[in-house]
Amino acid sequence: MDRYVCTVCGYVYDPAVGDPDSGVKPGTKFEDIPDDWECPICGASKSDFEKES
Amino acid sequence: MQPVEIAKGIYDVGVNDWNIRDFHGYSIPLGTSYNSFLVVDEKVALIDTVKKEFADQLIDNISRIIDPKKIDVVISNHTEMDHSGGLARVMHRVGESKPLYCSKMGLKNLGMHFRQKWNYHGVASGETLSLGQKTLTFLETRMLHWPDSMFTYLQEDGILFSSDAFGQHYAGLEKFDDMLDMDIMPHAKKYFANILLLYSHLIVKLLEQVTEMNLDIRMICPDHGVLWRKDPGRIIDAYKTWSLQEPVRKAVVVYDTMWHSTEQMADAIAAGLKDAGIAVRPMHLRKWHRSDIMTEVLDAGAVIVGSPTMNNGLFPTVSDFLTYMKGLKPKNKIGAAFGSYGWSGEAVKMITQELEAMKFNIMDAGIRIQYVPDAPGLETCEALGKQIGMALAG
Repeated sequence: MDRYVCTVCGYVYDPAVGDPDSGVKPGTKFEDIPDDWECPICGASKSDFEKES
Repeated sequence: MQPVEIAKGIYDVGVNDWNIRDFHGYSIPLGTSYNSFLVVDEKVALIDTVKKEFADQLIDNISRIIDPKKIDVVISNHTEMDHSGGLARVMHRVGESKPLYCSKMGLKNLGMHFRQKWNYHGVASGETLSLGQKTLTFLETRMLHWPDSMFTYLQEDGILFSSDAFGQHYAGLEKFDDMLDMDIMPHAKKYFANILLLYSHLIVKLLEQVTEMNLDIRMICPDHGVLWRKDPGRIIDAYKTWSLQEPVRKAVVVYDTMWHSTEQMADAIAAGLKDAGIAVRPMHLRKWHRSDIMTEVLDAGAVIVGSPTMNNGLFPTVSDFLTYMKGLKPKNKIGAAFGSYGWSGEAVKMITQELEAMKFNIMDAGIRIQYVPDAPGLETCEALGKQIGMALAG
């Protein structure tokens, strides 16, 4: 599963870890996160993320 | 500094740091201030503190108005240590169990700076706190410029306590924009260029949000420098302009040099730009501070970078500058590289690659000249300047 990087603050979404504080369970693919999810560090929107190269 | 009453019952109890000149690598020739605000109402609130070593001055300033124990609530708009460093001393004097308000990210971040188990209240954007006659509204401003950053707005007086936003590094006893006999705007611009530039797109969004909220802003109180009361719209408009990064007809030629060869090239490129009607300044990296160069880069349409090749690589100051500029993510720039070399000449290519990584529009493969430039070599430099200039004049 691909990791995604926040282009605003550099936070990396790792599907293996998820974002439990926002209710995103470990094992959730980036594509399956709800569209209104925000970067847990800086509040950027999901569309501000890019696939990690 | 003595406390200054900025509106009825509201005081700046902050301090001047007259002698600081280097602010984590940003040059501040006029020093700076750490502004802290005391709001005396039925309840008393303190908004932000100061750098740790100035905490006693802050407490003295507060004591000239009221007994610090009478403070009911402390608000931290920003975790960075020039505003939170005094918290330990302040909480000790105010009372360790008094509520400490901050953003949700402030909860996390303050916890990693201070090990005390304070009575934290993490607030969401839009939450309010009544002090009696006056009401504070909190507005999250994440990444402007830390995850924890927030504004506190005092409705009844139309005062926006804006944390680091709209600040300037300036130490002085004149606390308001209309009391200065100098133009403070270049310092506000330098602050934007060196601290906020990379978050320009968030500033655009925030300014839209603030406009939609239709806040009555009569005074803006940043945590550094003078307070904007004469025309707060002026600094808001400046932020709009700077954050859009629309290039003006201006270029910066940034370089270092070992035996004046790269310097000659820089001057020739600048001459070519000037011929095309572009305002330009060649800036030698050991004569200008990187933070002053960044201020020039902010609204320049082109950044042309030169380095001699030293030991098969970039001259160290050029490396430093490229790293610094890359992090600040300037947008909408034309870029090109140049440099003199002795026998290998890697620097120009290395600069070009860095500028490409910054998504600059690269106009040319770059000019390399072996040893000392001759007349045709300098003409090539001038022609590059002119070519970039004409593209900018568009």
